Amino acid sequence: MRATAVLAQARVEALLSLRRAESLLISFLVPIGILVFFSEVDALNTTLRRPVDFLVPGVLALAVMSTAMVSLGIATGFERRYGVLKRLGSTPLSRGGLLAAKTLDVVLIEVVQAVAIIGTGLALGWKLEQGAGLALVWLLVGTIAFAGVGLLLAGTLRAEANLAVANALFLVLLFLGGMAYPLARLPEFLEVIAHALPAAALAESVRAALRGASIPWDHAGVLLAWAVVAPALAARFFRWEE
Amino acid sequence: MTSAAPAIEVADLEKHYGDTRAVDGLSLTVEAGEVFGLLGPNGAGKTTTVEVLEGYRRADRGSVRVLGLDPIADGARLRPRIGVMLQDGGLYPGLRPREVLRTFAAFYEQPRDPDELLDLVGLDGARHTLVRRLSGGQQQRLALALALVGQPSLLFLDEPTAGMDPHARAATWQLVRDLRDAGTTVMLTTHAMDEAEQLCDHLAIIDRGRIVAAGTPTELTNGSTGQDVRFSAPPGLACADLAHALSLETNKVSEPTPGQYVIAASPSPALVADLAVFLRDRDIQLSQLRAGRSTLEEVFLRVTSEGQA
Repeated sequence: MRATAVLAQARVEALLSLRRAESLLISFLVPIGILVFFSEVDALNTTLRRPVDFLVPGVLALAVMSTAMVSLGIATGFERRYGVLKRLGSTPLSRGGLLAAKTLDVVLIEVVQAVAIIGTGLALGWKLEQGAGLALVWLLVGTIAFAGVGLLLAGTLRAEANLAVANALFLVLLFLGGMAYPLARLPEFLEVIAHALPAAALAESVRAALRGASIPWDHAGVLLAWAVVAPALAARFFRWEE
Repeated sequence: MTSAAPAIEVADLEKHYGDTRAVDGLSLTVEAGEVFGLLGPNGAGKTTTVEVLEGYRRADRGSVRVLGLDPIADGARLRPRIGVMLQDGGLYPGLRPREVLRTFAAFYEQPRDPDELLDLVGLDGARHTLVRRLSGGQQQRLALALALVGQPSLLFLDEPTAGMDPHARAATWQLVRDLRDAGTTVMLTTHAMDEAEQLCDHLAIIDRGRIVAAGTPTELTNGSTGQDVRFSAPPGLACADLAHALSLETNKVSEPTPGQYVIAASPSPALVADLAVFLRDRDIQLSQLRAGRSTLEEVFLRVTSEGQA
């Protein structure tokens, strides 16, 4: 019975995701666009032999950020505004069931994103040689971290403020995330800040995994910390009604 | 259909928000199978009380049993058995009525058929319209359908007909009566006095977090001191002449609003007969006549602080 309820809710979450054109833009067009543009236009001047080797892990991290933080957070904020979260709270679905359904939806979208990004990457000459399993682990840890940030904002801010902050945060983290260009290109003080943020932590962890390098514990440690602290704060401060 | 155990039992309920006592020692019992109405001015504590019963809020003090269960500790067992219609919202704007209903149906063991429900609440023509494009009244009806989809034995309706047109309103009242006849207990909060009078088996009027009057609608309106006669007729009648015809002092007959007359005297058969003669002799058409009883609205205004202010 409970599984039926969660699946029905997950179906509706997916349906709603498909109907939000602006969220599809940020989940698909932005990552794929960055991947194609920076692979073809050598704006990066990276030390890597081919930009696409640098870009694929970064764009995978970007995709996780767009879905788990921006799309999930904005949608949840408006559901809170519309009283949907409250209404679902008195059904047998329960809050746990709702969270499970949203998790399924986020993972489903991320899988489609990953297929699209990897497909585009392969077409641009990237090769998946090693570290796929570990990269997957980091992407899942990143999902938990970013979902925590997105839900923390969604559960504490007004819906419009949440919308603005989530989008602004997306841009800031994109610029400071080591996703489209290397962190070393940033001014030193920004690089220090970037190191403490979850975006660069995820991008660098995934990049190291796919390169077959050893785990960069400075970055991975930051990522794990965000994955613990952000959901804990969300659970503590989330308000189901605006 | 009624069993011995009450559907809702509340004793000495208190709920504070900071220094504000939203609910301040409230007790009530709702019998299984009845329609119970909770009336009160805005901010009286109606919604807070109902939200404690629905498991949304934790009581600060007092005991609350809903269908014999604790709404929070036993929430997982209670939620499949209740239906909730919130005052506003609770609907996904980006879904269509049939999609929302089918999703909610999947949450319950024995749901009602979504299409049948859409017919029942009169949304059969709008089943594929996005919720955000529905009128306020249509959204209310969808919220009602969502409250019914799980075949609840206890139904909470928070101002169910606000924003509905008269037809939808009448249809909703009939729906509630049918549900009651089929054994469903209904807990209703409303501002509409006619709704409370027509629909409820028992009423409680709540003010500043306490119950200030309770009983059946008849008990509430009879028990009061409505010692006057009121009638409606064309405006501008000669009140002094009427007072004279009724053998009353001139100031006992008044027209507080145009066309609404009040005779401040006990409604004896003789007085009513004299009034009828007066009207007949002048060929005056009555549009309304009421003797002795207060309306529920008058009782409400008298017992709540808003009326005293």
